[in-house]
Amino acid sequence: MARLHAEEMILNMGPQHPSTHGVLRLKLRTDGEIVSHIEPVIGYLHRCFEKHAENLEYQMVTPFTDRCDYLAAMNNAHAYAIAVEKMMGIELPERVEYLRVIFAEFQRIASHLVAIGTFGLDVGAITPFIYCFRERELILDLFEMVSGARLLYNYIWVGGLAHDVPPGFVEKSYEFLDMFDTRIAEYNRILTGNKIFIERTADVGVLPADVGVNAGVTGPSLRGSGIALDLRKLQPYSIYDRFDFEVPVGTGMMGTTGDCWDRYWVRMLEMAESAKIIRQALDQLPVDGDVKSAIPKRIRPPKGEIYFRYENPRGELGYYIVSDGKNIPVRVKMRSPAFCNLSVINEIGQGWMISDVIAILGSLDIVLGEIDR
Amino acid sequence: MTEAEIYSGLSARFGEKLLSFQDEETSNPAAMVEAGAVAEIMTYLKGSEDLAFDQLMCLSGYDAGPELKLGVIYHLYSTSLDHYFTIKTEVDRESPEIPSVAALWATADWHEREVYDMYGVSFKNHPDLKRILLEDDWEGFPLRKDYVAAETYRGMKIAKEK
Repeated sequence: MARLHAEEMILNMGPQHPSTHGVLRLKLRTDGEIVSHIEPVIGYLHRCFEKHAENLEYQMVTPFTDRCDYLAAMNNAHAYAIAVEKMMGIELPERVEYLRVIFAEFQRIASHLVAIGTFGLDVGAITPFIYCFRERELILDLFEMVSGARLLYNYIWVGGLAHDVPPGFVEKSYEFLDMFDTRIAEYNRILTGNKIFIERTADVGVLPADVGVNAGVTGPSLRGSGIALDLRKLQPYSIYDRFDFEVPVGTGMMGTTGDCWDRYWVRMLEMAESAKIIRQALDQLPVDGDVKSAIPKRIRPPKGEIYFRYENPRGELGYYIVSDGKNIPVRVKMRSPAFCNLSVINEIGQGWMISDVIAILGSLDIVLGEIDR
Repeated sequence: MTEAEIYSGLSARFGEKLLSFQDEETSNPAAMVEAGAVAEIMTYLKGSEDLAFDQLMCLSGYDAGPELKLGVIYHLYSTSLDHYFTIKTEVDRESPEIPSVAALWATADWHEREVYDMYGVSFKNHPDLKRILLEDDWEGFPLRKDYVAAETYRGMKIAKEK
């Protein structure tokens, strides 16, 4: 009897594919439906961020950082601002610090909402996506209120903020927080304990902790593997040492520690922690203080360099900035968390079916804008 | 351990392969090492029990200037011992070659590819050294300070820098 011809096949997932969360191409080597090797091909969204930064004055780089990780623009600008402020030794007014933390944590919630919603979408749950975006819209309303923009704010400047918050912002923030707790319970009802969702994600794509550290995986993706590595606790920047919050880690509640479900669950718990931080920051927010008082007229950091790491919703965002004492940086390198998180996909995705690779990719929560920069 | 302590331990062990210790107020303390000895020193930094640098936070290239050398900087962190160290190395522009550390930290794989892509530094023993962000047939290394973009790429005009 003639044997059926069988061999491994190369399958391109992307660059245009709804489950790749942007313009990403995964070159899959498949044996039947089992994936034996994954090679991510990136760079489709490369916009020469680092090259641009070498030709712009320091304050002109801020809008570019927004565009790198467009789901966490506040965090990116915050990290850049802190890095430059450290180089220059700028002391900020208390009010600026508190407001920045409030925005950073709101942005973290907004980013996690997209992560959770699209993750559900990836494994076939369409409704939670709509729920998550409903709340995200409210956060974007708050951002629009202060900066006029909904996605790319250019709001956190080196040395301060673009404007103070308008009247009513604090009240609206409290309103959101009061409502948000009940909404988390709603997501849990509709997605977290859903049997189909658990079947699709528990025990899938397990990332062992040591592999994660070695590959530079950070943020919720690493904490899902049981390591409580959060830079807000480990190396508190800004005023994070003043707040009381937990660092949730994966425990293998539904399967193995470090599986897709754990990574999802860590994000879910982190949203509640971020809400806790915002509430404390709003309670302690100083009434007085000019948010523009510390903005330098000329930004010329002294000759030297810095590597500053920051906990972005996706993990460790690092800026390596070199100054030669002029108003234009010599080098701005962005160590992007999703870049490192994505690089581990071959390690944890091998041996799974194509549909599981989609779940694993979704659980890593990548943003191509900052991978390609 | 502080960076200065780590450096003195290293210089006792590796002697002349360590070139200098930069400890200025405005920079993170860093050790400048000989390019050829990078892999050897890194293996020690990762493997030694009192150092245990299990995380390579960042690996980036830099160009000191069109007449000067190309550099690579490694920012290390130990998750178990909670300490930091920075290694720097510089190579000639004409034949830039550094031993790869991708076998030690998987992070280095893509980061070294990025440095190759942008600066043209080639990493010896890298498993798959090729461009990562730019197209494979792109000409030149854009983050070099003396880079001049070609006029066209596959028939498309490249916008001039202003």
